[in-house]
Amino acid sequence: MNTRENLVMILLTSVIGLVLNILPLPTWLTAVRPAFLVLVVLYWSTMTPFVAGLALGFISGLALDIFQGSLLGEHALALCFVTYLAVRFHLLMRAKPLFEQSLYVFAALLIYELLLWVVDGWTGRSLSSWLRWVHTATGALLWPVIAGVLGRFHAPR
Amino acid sequence: MAGFGTTVGRPIYGRGPSPGLRFTVYAVLSLVLMYLDQRARWSERIRYGLEAAAYPVQVAVNSPAATWHWLTDSFSTRNSLRSQNLQLQQHVHELELGNLRLQALEQENARLRELRAALPPLAKSWMIAEVIGVEAVPLRQRLIINKGTHDGVHVNQAVVDGAGVLGQVVHVGPWSSEVILITDPEHALPVQITRNELRTIAVGSGSADELLLPYLAVNSDVKSGDVLISSGLGGVFPAGFPVARVIGVRREANQLLAQVRAEPLGHIAAAREVLLIDFEPAHPAAPPSSATLIEGAEPVVAPPKAGSSNGESGSTRKGTAKGSGTAKRKNAAASAAAPAAAPAATPPKAGKP
Repeated sequence: MNTRENLVMILLTSVIGLVLNILPLPTWLTAVRPAFLVLVVLYWSTMTPFVAGLALGFISGLALDIFQGSLLGEHALALCFVTYLAVRFHLLMRAKPLFEQSLYVFAALLIYELLLWVVDGWTGRSLSSWLRWVHTATGALLWPVIAGVLGRFHAPR
Repeated sequence: MAGFGTTVGRPIYGRGPSPGLRFTVYAVLSLVLMYLDQRARWSERIRYGLEAAAYPVQVAVNSPAATWHWLTDSFSTRNSLRSQNLQLQQHVHELELGNLRLQALEQENARLRELRAALPPLAKSWMIAEVIGVEAVPLRQRLIINKGTHDGVHVNQAVVDGAGVLGQVVHVGPWSSEVILITDPEHALPVQITRNELRTIAVGSGSADELLLPYLAVNSDVKSGDVLISSGLGGVFPAGFPVARVIGVRREANQLLAQVRAEPLGHIAAAREVLLIDFEPAHPAAPPSSATLIEGAEPVVAPPKAGSSNGESGSTRKGTAKGSGTAKRKNAAASAAAPAAAPAATPPKAGKP
């Protein structure tokens, strides 16, 4: 019944996540900046898996590809897979306390970055800098905050 | 199971394909997109359209920084403007003086080469573009600028600032384009040491204040303070544009190659406005057309579609040099090919004086 309201919220927060993701920042900050959009997509696909599912993941991934100038479809694939995991295990995830959720998110972000890394390697862009893995940790640390903030946007059940 | 689900989801639940199937569909779609973007040329058109759609967001994202610059500009005091003006005037005088001397030298050079006709100016046209975005990923050194095909920007166009070479255009959208900086690890630029005309290749390091010269032998004549200029072989930049200054040379007894670092002369980290240049093909120092270049083994980063661009042998590279033996061998071959290409590529000017 609140589907439409929720959809608006989902899109709005995703756009905010995208903007935070691509906002120009000083170099040392970009390294530790968490992948906001991925976190937002993860949140919505665990909380409302039948409204914001794989389609949101795919479109967000494409947006990341365009704004970051990476190979078209690279982030889309990675984000799609992570979203699939979130949708598949959303009940499991929702039953956990926030702290434990963070661990799952950490795992998801690692898988996400691993996929990107593999694709980068295959297409000959492999840049083996450990800096690219930093955001998985900061993202997991930030998860309780993201979940708390997005929980406020949630349409009442 | 549905008892745990939100009420929101329920109306749709049970209908439609399963998440697994949908994931498969999207994954295949992504893979097709990746394949097309990597291999096929026409995907550039999809990118073009998507970049057009992305432009408003890029502008919006950049607006806080732009507003800040605007505010500081509009509230700068009369005194600071005045001192800046004086400084600029001083600078103009210096440049004029230098130019006078340069013109005399150029004429003398032309006489010496018995070229009777006066040379056309090297730059046919140029435009100023504003930087509206920087790449947000570690190691990737890219800029987004606010000029696109509507302003005549094309792929492989040279991007410079007053002090030196900055990079080249890789993707063009209708109103914006993406510039790969010379410090990007995927970028390699053929350069020459001014002191002894030694040719080599400068590769980006991934940080904005450093270039690497990985293909110089331990016994090659290079030292700190050497100035690097573009050699004109890449096909994007003309011969003789300032690129970088060598800041460190390390020679180790058990290595064949010296480890040379250089700092770019262009203001790469602080660039807010950049110059896009079109060159006069008739000028001897202008980048050669693709016909005169030997095509290297490197694949092309961006399709040589728009206008005057060419296959940029050795100017942008992909998937080489991870420090492995094959990469070194490949590039040794490239530098061996370089002198052979030189006479054809850079007609009279860049040769011996």
